[in-house]
Amino acid sequence: MTSRRAGFDVRILIAGLLGLYGVVLTLVGVTDSEADLAKADGLRVNLWIGIALLVVAAAFGLWARLRPLTAEHAAPGPDEGGDGTGR
Amino acid sequence: MTGTLDLDLVDWFLLAVYFAAIIAIGVYTKRAVTTSGDFFLAGRSMPAWITGLAFISANLGALEIIGGAANGAQYGAAAVHFYWLGAIPAMVFLGVVMMPFYYSSRVHSVSEYLRRRFNSQTHLLNSVVFAVAQVMLAGVNLFALALIIKLLIGWPLWLSIVLSAVFVLVYITLGGLAGAIYGEVLQFFVILAGLVPIVWIALHMVGGFDGLRDGIAGIDDNLLKTWQGTEVGGWSNPLGDWIGLAMGEGFVLAFGYWTTNFAEVQRSLAAKDLNAARRTPIIAAFPKMLLPLVTVVPGMAALLLIPQLGQDGGPTYNDVIPELMQRYLPNGVLGIALTGLLAAFMAGMAANISGFNTVFTYDIWRPYVVKGRSDRYYLNAGRVATVAAIALSVGTAFIASNYSNIQNYLQMLFSFFNSPLFATFLLAMFWRRVTPWAGFWGMLSGTAAAAAAHFTAGHLAFFYPGGDMSAEMNAQMANFYGAGFAFVVDVIVTVAVTLFTRPKPESELRGLVWGLPDPDSPDAHEAGRRQPWWRSPVVLGSVVLVCTLALSVWLVTAV
Repeated sequence: MTSRRAGFDVRILIAGLLGLYGVVLTLVGVTDSEADLAKADGLRVNLWIGIALLVVAAAFGLWARLRPLTAEHAAPGPDEGGDGTGR
Repeated sequence: MTGTLDLDLVDWFLLAVYFAAIIAIGVYTKRAVTTSGDFFLAGRSMPAWITGLAFISANLGALEIIGGAANGAQYGAAAVHFYWLGAIPAMVFLGVVMMPFYYSSRVHSVSEYLRRRFNSQTHLLNSVVFAVAQVMLAGVNLFALALIIKLLIGWPLWLSIVLSAVFVLVYITLGGLAGAIYGEVLQFFVILAGLVPIVWIALHMVGGFDGLRDGIAGIDDNLLKTWQGTEVGGWSNPLGDWIGLAMGEGFVLAFGYWTTNFAEVQRSLAAKDLNAARRTPIIAAFPKMLLPLVTVVPGMAALLLIPQLGQDGGPTYNDVIPELMQRYLPNGVLGIALTGLLAAFMAGMAANISGFNTVFTYDIWRPYVVKGRSDRYYLNAGRVATVAAIALSVGTAFIASNYSNIQNYLQMLFSFFNSPLFATFLLAMFWRRVTPWAGFWGMLSGTAAAAAAHFTAGHLAFFYPGGDMSAEMNAQMANFYGAGFAFVVDVIVTVAVTLFTRPKPESELRGLVWGLPDPDSPDAHEAGRRQPWWRSPVVLGSVVLVCTLALSVWLVTAV
């Protein structure tokens, strides 16, 4: 069953957004200037939070892939239109 | 707060991505889901982990963050009481004891339960009180949102409040409630990703937990007390004595908030079966236990990092998180923290406004004011109510702006609205004799008692540190006692009126009170089934309670 048929899996949404945020932060973190680092008391927060977000995103993506929602577990998508219990 | 946030292109990008995603989800789900009732309840199909996540996300709004940090700065370590004492036991109670009534009776709201358990007068009273409460709470959210907008563009507060109101109106119209709910789950992670670097940098600045403790001890020893110094009549704890803490906060306010707050309870009702619904608040209790790390701890660290915090001429306690963001977050995580806060205020206010809208239209206007019109009429009435509620909350936002710590104001509102409701619920669920009119008069007198307590507390030396009435009153302690007073008056009046009026016949109370199960309930078969221990609400609840107790004991001995 494809994820579209099964409706909306919030885990994929979490993985997508946090993954994008993770990529952006990691890139910013690699190129942080001295001034940026000084502001954060010398800590590379962008880099580490970026990596952490990528890990969390990967974990949610993996979870959604290994244990996909069945139709009855999903919020209704537009092509089912019902109460989410119909297959 | 001085100056504006130093935003970069990357921060605006992260912000824009989030709101584009929320609005897209809103449009996508709106095609299938027509009402909030559909979204929350139809299907009753969600596994416990989704509802548990939605439950904690609904609670970890921006008010929790701004207010939790404000509490950490104002009351020190004692602010953990709002989590370990004021939330965890009540969340476990909701899951273990109360949820079967809500889930199995198939009610959609607290008001609906009251209508079935009592009468339409009680229903109307509760609906009006609820509508007022939502507008007050929306005002708090709006004020907090304006604080952030003011930071962004540096406009004066009143202009920021009006601008925020327009934003919220657009957000609700475009994204809809469904978008807001998915947003809530997303924003939980976004907020954490923004808070963790704040805590990390702040702790690094003050020299870790040891540095934090030593620094705070240098300012005021009392700010390290959690249960120490809570003797009645001679308290030195920042949150007053143990009676107010244990009874007012731990029992009445906490249980009142968590068990009758339908914004929370609704999340559990979307669960696929009764057991999953009962586990929902208990699963949420585990992350709740750890939240002081990202709220109270930065609040305490801010005392050491921000000069003149909470004093005349300095930033207010509400400014803790925005101040720390401005000072320490580099572009990138700054955008994420900002996104999380903005999203949380928007979603919080959207929830208040839609709560008001639903109750006003379907619990007040349709049954009692203008009856028997077409669906289209009530849909339009709801739209007018939405705009009116947002306009009204601009006014209540200015009331909220008078409080230097919005948590003090919130707890006061809860003592008015939730404490009497909780007393009435407790009696209604466990004593089948309670009569319809006892429900009405009990709640009315309980609310009046909370108001009376609020206006009296300022004149009693009991609530002032060291009994010195020239100092500032301990506002939270007064809230705790006010809540307790409202509860006691509600119980006394309810019992007294019950003894002189006629109860409902038992046939009308099936499924609504303890000991009278509804034999036709679709969940009846489930009650007899044994669950493995890791799915047992009682076992999970006991685990989280023991962990919380251990943390509390550790904190008393460790500092």
